[in-house]
Amino acid sequence: MKRRTMSLLLNSGLFLIGLTTLAPVLWMLSASFMPSGEAGTFPPPLFPSAPTLEHYAALTERLSMMRYFLNSFIIAGSVTVVSTLLNSMAGFAFAKYQFAGRDRLFGALLSGMVVPAQVTMLPLFLMMKEMGFVNTYVGAVIPGMASIFGIFLIRQFVSAIPDSLIEAARIDGGSEFRIYRTVILPLCKPILLTLALFTFMGTWNDFMWPLIIMTDQSNYTLQVGLANLMGEHVLDLELMMAGSVVTIIPVLALFLVFQKHYVRGIMVGGVKE
Amino acid sequence: MNAAPRAAAAWIFLSPALAVIGIFFVLPVLAAFALSFTDFDIYALGNWDYFRFVGFQNYVRIFETPLFWTALRNTFYFVLAGGPLSVAVSLGTALMLHSKLARFRTFYRTVFFLPVVSSLIAVAIIWRYLYHPAHGLLNYALSFAGIGPVDWLGDTAVAMPAIIVMAVWKNFGYNMLIFLAGLQNIPDDLYEAAHLDGASGWQQFRSITLPMLKPTTVFVVMITVIGYFQLFAEPYVMTQGGPLNSTTSIVYLMYEQGFRWWSMGFAAAIAFVLFAIILAFTLVQMLLQRSVKR
Repeated sequence: MKRRTMSLLLNSGLFLIGLTTLAPVLWMLSASFMPSGEAGTFPPPLFPSAPTLEHYAALTERLSMMRYFLNSFIIAGSVTVVSTLLNSMAGFAFAKYQFAGRDRLFGALLSGMVVPAQVTMLPLFLMMKEMGFVNTYVGAVIPGMASIFGIFLIRQFVSAIPDSLIEAARIDGGSEFRIYRTVILPLCKPILLTLALFTFMGTWNDFMWPLIIMTDQSNYTLQVGLANLMGEHVLDLELMMAGSVVTIIPVLALFLVFQKHYVRGIMVGGVKE
Repeated sequence: MNAAPRAAAAWIFLSPALAVIGIFFVLPVLAAFALSFTDFDIYALGNWDYFRFVGFQNYVRIFETPLFWTALRNTFYFVLAGGPLSVAVSLGTALMLHSKLARFRTFYRTVFFLPVVSSLIAVAIIWRYLYHPAHGLLNYALSFAGIGPVDWLGDTAVAMPAIIVMAVWKNFGYNMLIFLAGLQNIPDDLYEAAHLDGASGWQQFRSITLPMLKPTTVFVVMITVIGYFQLFAEPYVMTQGGPLNSTTSIVYLMYEQGFRWWSMGFAAAIAFVLFAIILAFTLVQMLLQRSVKR
């Protein structure tokens, strides 16, 4: 009997927390289909009286949301491809080579993780300005091309790969780069997927750096474009919800499909968002 | 093959990543430090001849600026109230999900994690409407309990708590996963032995679960607090630092000074004060952790 009461309490608690977690997201989805003005009435309606796609149409036709979407996709995609490559090479080197100062260098890198990114942004902006990269994709991508966390993640994984596999490839006469490409990379597939997911989703959701570096509206990412839209269309509640849906859905879909791989990244160790 | 060419190969593998980190992370950190001792402003932005070193003037000015003290207080409010609340909610939900009585565990785990991967900007926009004083869903729900209406984001007394609630909602799922992993690492036979000794559920929680979770908790507190000190996008989207600067955070102040008014020297000094606070906090945590291990 006591066990049944406990179970009832626990499961209703979980249900309530689940509802609280989902409610804002579901409301966003529902409100994005409401006719203009409906979500701002009292009492707030939970479902659209006459579902409409007009706000999605307005976003793509009038408000260059597709442009923001494309910008976000190009930036997050480039950062993901480049940083996964650079981090995997560096992580491999830290895990499988002996060289003078290796551990001290790795330790120094790790201690760099306590520096908040905001500290770098002022000089980084000035550097980008001097190099002519303000308001360009290159400027948005450059600081993300390698990451300490990514190197750490790969190093942890590659350390567990037996040295004998590498030795065998060496005896077969493979060059060091060939070993990286044909032995290490294939074995690293799961962790590369994890790292790529983290990088893509992190870059997609990043706000402050694109806000600083992109000065022209046509170069805004979705996050910056959405925040900007908020300034102009704050009373257009349904439109803002449609914009939020467009911004959230891609990463949410990625997460739901690759959940297992994403969660592994958290388990491997300290993730700095 | 001897070791020398292999070391060379290692450096070839390392150099692209190290170059990126060196040029676009380490160098800017050092440059920011130097910048914080200059009067770099909008004129210098146009022509680099127009700035000079001013010693500690920016740091002196920080401490003479009332808005900095407000931002510092707000940031600590957010960290000291939001941090523990976030960790407590994460631990609570992890314990609930870990219980054998819980049903649909995988489903809930996924649901609780959804806000973590959602865009902070989109989430802040949703919550801004949920918090709307006249037609927000939250006030509507509270009206059934006879509470309100509350002007969540327009009242200096509740604006920061409102942002804290949203932030906890957004990120508790992350720490929950880490706690769940920690809970799964506690060997079952510890509980069995305690059960045989007649320990109650609460006693088991106090003397097995909590101590065994200590390393996990230290880690979770550390990453949560470091993240919370960097509060920026929530006030940027939801309140623009208001009402009456009650949600202006240190990073928000830095952004305003550096990228709106282009007082970059002053903003760099603000950034370094934040860095110093985070560093001090990290060191204290590490010392505590070390003393726990002994």
